[in-house]
Order: sequence, then structure tokens, then C-alpha cells
Amino acid sequence: MDIMDIFEVIQPGAYTTIQDRGRFDYQQYGVPICGVVDSFAYRVANALVGNSQGQAVLEATVFGPTLKVLNQGLIAVTGGNLSPFLNNAPLPMWESVTIRPGGMIQFKGVKGGCRAYIAVAGGIDVPIVMGSRSTYVAGKIGGINGRPLAAGDRLNKGKGIAKAGNRVSSNLIPTYSNDIEIRVILGPQDDYFSEGVEKFFTSTFKVSDKADRMGYRLEGDMIMHRDGVEKSIISEPSVPGGIQVPPDGQPIILLVEQTVGGYTKIATIISPDIEKVGQAKPGDQIHFKQVDIEEAHRILKMEEEKIESIKMSLMR
Amino acid sequence: MYDKPRFLLAGDRGLLVEFGATIDPEINGKVRQIFLSLEKMPIHGVTEVIPTYRSILIFYDPLQSDPDRLRQEILDRENKLDKWEIPPPETIEIQVAYGGDFGPDLDFVAHHNKLSPEEVIRIHTSGTYLIYMLGFTPGFPFLGGLSEKLFTPRLEKPRQFVPAGSVGIANKQTGIYSIDSPGGWQLIGRTPIKVYDPTRSLPFLLRAGNYLRFKRISGEEFQEIAGTHKD
Repeated sequence: MDIMDIFEVIQPGAYTTIQDRGRFDYQQYGVPICGVVDSFAYRVANALVGNSQGQAVLEATVFGPTLKVLNQGLIAVTGGNLSPFLNNAPLPMWESVTIRPGGMIQFKGVKGGCRAYIAVAGGIDVPIVMGSRSTYVAGKIGGINGRPLAAGDRLNKGKGIAKAGNRVSSNLIPTYSNDIEIRVILGPQDDYFSEGVEKFFTSTFKVSDKADRMGYRLEGDMIMHRDGVEKSIISEPSVPGGIQVPPDGQPIILLVEQTVGGYTKIATIISPDIEKVGQAKPGDQIHFKQVDIEEAHRILKMEEEKIESIKMSLMR
Repeated sequence: MYDKPRFLLAGDRGLLVEFGATIDPEINGKVRQIFLSLEKMPIHGVTEVIPTYRSILIFYDPLQSDPDRLRQEILDRENKLDKWEIPPPETIEIQVAYGGDFGPDLDFVAHHNKLSPEEVIRIHTSGTYLIYMLGFTPGFPFLGGLSEKLFTPRLEKPRQFVPAGSVGIANKQTGIYSIDSPGGWQLIGRTPIKVYDPTRSLPFLLRAGNYLRFKRISGEEFQEIAGTHKD
């Protein structure tokens, strides 16, 4: 693969990491999946710049990075609207855009959502560690030496070809609200709760300040365990989207950098709704809605078809 | 051990198969057998399998499979487990330099249990420990089998920095720190062996379901081994 410099990091932003779809097959050794939180925005970003799925992108959080362009390339910014600018003009999102040496990409503040994805034709190139380029900060692997971007980093890209002006039709672009409904499947430990389950579905929760790629702590009504049951379980691995209820009754949504945990999980978020959580910010409100497994799989298939139709429309 | 495994939904891509309700070597042995059979001959649509203390977490692709099909496959497999030639668990030896800078809490652990430091080392090295599962940090083993003579509470104030390789005790557990990290375990020694090294072609030394023993080495031997294992 031909490699070339694409960006110099002038400012890293609040928390920008290199991520791909995730690190699989190593969870049995205690390595979490990592990867992007918003899989839809990530996949569309890669499709817009003609990348095969699985290429690495930048995931920016709330305050995006400032990047100096070192070589000509093609980028697409998707996900949360963190006000991207190219050379002091607004950079259109959900669209492939040519960048030229000396150009400057900046982000000027959150307008909607929380996480933006910056894909480059050819993908961000860093060494593959255990099958993935995803940064795992606590495990100090992936990305650039297992850490978020820092000022002075130079990023490389692989070889890619695509055209500017690829655009997602506006009806397929998600809108990010401050008040979201998240669909869940009950379990695996819903039998540890009784009235707690009803309360979980009738309450409104607020995203607390403790919200990152490991998990989102929520604030709201206390979800009580059933009388007489243990409030913890024998430690077991976590699934992204699992909703833990610790003894204090305040739920925690587990995301992509979790390994094992010993708290009961009342419900698990369906995959297509994990990205909605990933775009929620502290202060935003969340309601939970129950779906059964058959419905969850129907929703997932529709989501796959939506992404396929976007890919098809870009190939025309 | 349950008569029949329990199947619990873990979202739209995960199925948790529980074999028992307790931390028990026999239940974990069943977990290991089923897990290895799934590695040897994967079930169609299964993307990843994780063995745990008393359950297996199966990830699947909902476009290719569903919980009903997986449930049937697992039950079939459980009934024909003797057909699978599952090798017996292995026992790996971990060399440990005890006390001093390697194990600054050895004296505390001895004092807490009314033992001499030498007795703590003798008891710790005479046990065989079952690796129930890995997690928390990459390659960190959750071990069973610590003698109750060594049970010691965690530090009241966790350390900001515990070097990788540190061997510690926390309540009823003993374990090995797999990466440099903050930590609250009572440190009794350190191994020069890297249980986790992301730059190795096989990054992990330990596997769930296998056993582990600790062997005492001197400080000089520690340095010697650490030197030869340098990258």
C-alpha cells in the first residue's frame, strides 16, 4: 500500500482518536472491542470516500481537532455536527470534499450530536495491532501508541481513489435530538428487578458528566432491585449497549471500551441505537422503550438495507 | 451446575449461556469444554465466543443466525461432548521474586495473617490456581484457589502506579497485573514474565480454563530473565 502524509495535528481537540470497526477475537483475553461508537456515521463516511469498510477514521468528541492538510486527498465528515470548517468556510458534512496542501480543517463548536467522524480516502494508516487500528487507551494499544491525538502528530493515509461531491441524500442523514428514545431488549439480568423494570421504562434519565467511550452514567429515578436478591453477579463480559444497574440504582450504559463487570444488567440497547447514545451529550435526556428480539432483528436488517442503499447511490 | 444450561439474551447480537450459579471448577470445566469445541468447529453465524467463570458469551451475526438456532446447536453439542477430543487443561509456571521492592506488601500480608513472610511465600507457591477467565485489563487472570490463610483486604488507598508483572492479593483473590496501572491489591512479588505483550505474535500467555502455579525465584534470577525477555 502506498502511504503518504495527510494531516499534521495542530490541536488535538477535546478527545480525538483513531478508530475502525473494532478489534474482534480478543475479548476472551480481556481486550474490549473498541472501535467507533457511531457505526452508521462511520460506515457512511468510509463509503463517501470510496473506502472499503473497516478502514480507520478519526473520531472527534465535542471539540474537534485542528488539522493542517499536507497532501491532496479526499475527506468526508459525518456524525455529530461539530461545525467543521475548511479554510475558514463551512465544510459540508455527509459529502466527499477535496482537500489540498496547506489547507486547514477546524471545528468551531457543537451544533448537534457529540461525535464526528473524519474519513480520508485510503484510510488513516497506523500499525494494525491484534487485527485492528482502533485506539484502546486503557490498554495502550492501537492508533498512535495507544493514545488520543496530540499536537504535532503526523497522520498517514493509504492509497484511495474516489471523487469529490459524493453526497448522502438529506432524508437519510440522521438528526440528533437532545431528547432521545432508545430501544432495548430486556436482560440478561432483568429477573433481578420487578417494579424496577416498570420504572426503568417510565422514567426519563439525564446523561451525566461521566460519559465517555467506556460508558454513560445516567441520572434519574432510582431503579431498585427485587427484595432479597444479590445486587451483583459473578463477573462476566460486557456487551456494548448493556445497561448496568449498580446498587445505587443509577443506570450505566456500557459502551465499546468495557471488558468485564459484576453488576446486574437490566436491559441491552439494540445495535442500531447505540449510535444514538454515542451522539448524546451530558444533559441530554433518554427514555427507554422495550422491543423483543424479533423486532430488534427486523430493525437491524432495515438499518443494513439503509446503509446498502446509500452505498448503491454513491456508486452511480 | 444446572441440569440444563440457561440461555439469556444479551442484546440483539449476544447470547449468554450459563452452566451454573457459582464459582466452581467443575462448572468452569464445562465452560472450557464447550468453548474449545466452538473454537474447533465454529457454529455458522457465530462471530466471537468468550468463556467466563460460569457462562459463555456468544456473539452472532443476526443476518445469519438467531438465538433459537444457537440454543439448539449448543444443546446438541452439550449432549455429544464426549465426541469432541478436548485436551486436558495445561498448567503454566510463573516465576516470581517475592518481597522487597518486588513485593512491598509481603510483610503486611504476613502480619495480617499471623504468618512469617517465608510462610506466605511457601503457601502461595504450593497452590495450583485455576484461570477462570481473563479480563479487566488485557491478559489479567481471574484466579481461583488462593489458600484462605492468605486472604487479605485491599489497600485502603490504591497506588497510583503498579508495574506490570506485580503479583498481588485482594480479599480471596490472587492475580498478576498485566499492564502498568493504578491498583489496590497487596503486592507480594513480581514476575519478569510478560503475561501480555501486544508486540508478540502471541500476545497472551494465559488462557481461561488452564491452570497456573507460582515458582519462587531470586532477585538476580528476576533480572536475568527480565534481561533475556527484553524486546
